[in-house]
Amino acid sequence: MTISVKVMKRPAPERTSYLRATLSGMALTFRHMVNPNKITQQYPEEQTQLSPRWRGTHVMETHADGRPKCVACGLCPTVCPANCIRLVGGEDDQGNRYPIVYEIDEFRCIFCGMCQEVCPVEAIHVGRHFENGEYTRSRFVYDLDRLMDQDQPSTLLWDPSDPRGE
Amino acid sequence: MHPISGAVAPYVFMVLKVVLVFTIVMVVVAYATLAERRVSAWIQDRNGPNRVGPFGLLQPAADGIKNLLKEETLPATASRIFFVLAPILILVPSLVTFAVIPFAAPLPTRWGVVDMIVADVPIGILYVLAFSSLAVYGIVLGGWASNNKYAFLGALRASAQMVSYEVALGLSLISVLMLSGNVTLTDVVWQQQQLGMWFAFPLSLAFILFLVSAFAESNRLPFDVPEAESELVTGYHTEYSAMKFSAFMISEFGHMATASALMATLFLGGWDLPGTWDNAYWYQGQLISGFAADGSVLLAHPAWWKSLVTFIGFGAKTGFFLLLYIWVRWTLPRFRYDQVMALGWKVMLPTALGYAMLMGGTILTLDQIGLRWGFGYGLALTAVSGAATLGFVFFIDRGKTITGAAAQMAQRVEVKTIPTPEAESTV
Repeated sequence: MTISVKVMKRPAPERTSYLRATLSGMALTFRHMVNPNKITQQYPEEQTQLSPRWRGTHVMETHADGRPKCVACGLCPTVCPANCIRLVGGEDDQGNRYPIVYEIDEFRCIFCGMCQEVCPVEAIHVGRHFENGEYTRSRFVYDLDRLMDQDQPSTLLWDPSDPRGE
Repeated sequence: MHPISGAVAPYVFMVLKVVLVFTIVMVVVAYATLAERRVSAWIQDRNGPNRVGPFGLLQPAADGIKNLLKEETLPATASRIFFVLAPILILVPSLVTFAVIPFAAPLPTRWGVVDMIVADVPIGILYVLAFSSLAVYGIVLGGWASNNKYAFLGALRASAQMVSYEVALGLSLISVLMLSGNVTLTDVVWQQQQLGMWFAFPLSLAFILFLVSAFAESNRLPFDVPEAESELVTGYHTEYSAMKFSAFMISEFGHMATASALMATLFLGGWDLPGTWDNAYWYQGQLISGFAADGSVLLAHPAWWKSLVTFIGFGAKTGFFLLLYIWVRWTLPRFRYDQVMALGWKVMLPTALGYAMLMGGTILTLDQIGLRWGFGYGLALTAVSGAATLGFVFFIDRGKTITGAAAQMAQRVEVKTIPTPEAESTV
């Protein structure tokens, strides 16, 4: 077996001059220095346009009377690959199932969106929102009330018949 | 020496000037750090720090507070005394050099005319050279006392580089001293006023050599081999933290500011602005603005607005060189160590020597011819220097093909196939 070696034939020191290269480099950096078009995004003031399929902080959809749409079927904690959803279901007098405890640990969540895909009643959604910083770790566990209070638009799921979202 | 009435006034002015110059230098240094970050950002199409205060103008204060509050680390194996001494040793020389640089036209006050220079010492440039050479002690001591191989390598490189370029720096100054006839910087400024042109023109090659040497002296890119982030962490100040690190940073920028002010004084006329209205010089106890054709003196008329305007002019020239420092830093890559040494000893030193000889000969010839010291004298020198500069540029650029990088790469890369030992044995 043989090894291919790239031999860089650099010009000998007495054949090189950095003068012209230096001057053209200075001209280039000067042009960039005075160029008013900077690529920096001034983040808190300038917001990025999020994609309609952006998967961020969860949203729990509610009925008109304020009850969560969730029927505590247990599909989302089952499908969740990060195991971040805790669900304790209950049943009321009319036999309607509802969540007694519904908690999502946004720290463990990998924002895959499978909870939204699997939900049979379109109750849990991932939303178009990402600024969910907190001062303590415990605040990252969102309970049912907090999930229902989220007001960001929910994510459009990927549609195989319209792969580019048009 | 100067007729200033009142016994106390000179001392009061002296203290005021020291405080003023020190404050201005420290503020300039602080804002040079901000300028470095902003200009580097602009060159890279970014915005740079613009959050603290309007346009980020309070960023240096935030940096200062941060550095004060950070932990001072002392490496276990470091030599304690020298480790603490080094930042002081490097900080002081970079700041005291400013004392001999005149920064404005003399200011008339109720107590007499005050020179706008902290200390007009008769040894002028020699004082500057002495103190700029002292800076290398701080670097070497810092690197040695850290007991860290990177810091040590940085210190070694710094000593070699600064000593090498000190030679070219000193030799390029010789022609300035020959032309000004004295070593005090006030005389250098006065002779540029008399010549009617700044020394950058009649001594163009010395200007170029001094510029390059000053870059090497202040360890800035492309000559930052003592720091060399990609090779030596940060070189000689690797082990320093908090305010001691800050002292190294301040000294680097202080060195830049001093070198910029020095270049402005030596080659761009110092505080001199075009025209003869601002000329002022102490000649036999009188403040004169020049000599009439018959040899009698013309008295200068100092005014506060002249001092102010010339001070702004001096600041603009210094600021231009500071900007040049930053601009070059963010354009050029670092030289290899052997390239730095080759440039210093094989190019700069012989050129500076030859140029000093040439200028000495030219000045002697012009004096023998009897050409009067003035604009014509300057033009003659400009012609000779311009020819020397063109020759120098042609010499180091002759026959060098700098084509597009892609074309060069296509010529340079050659793929060789090397048989490995087992391949040979099977064959």
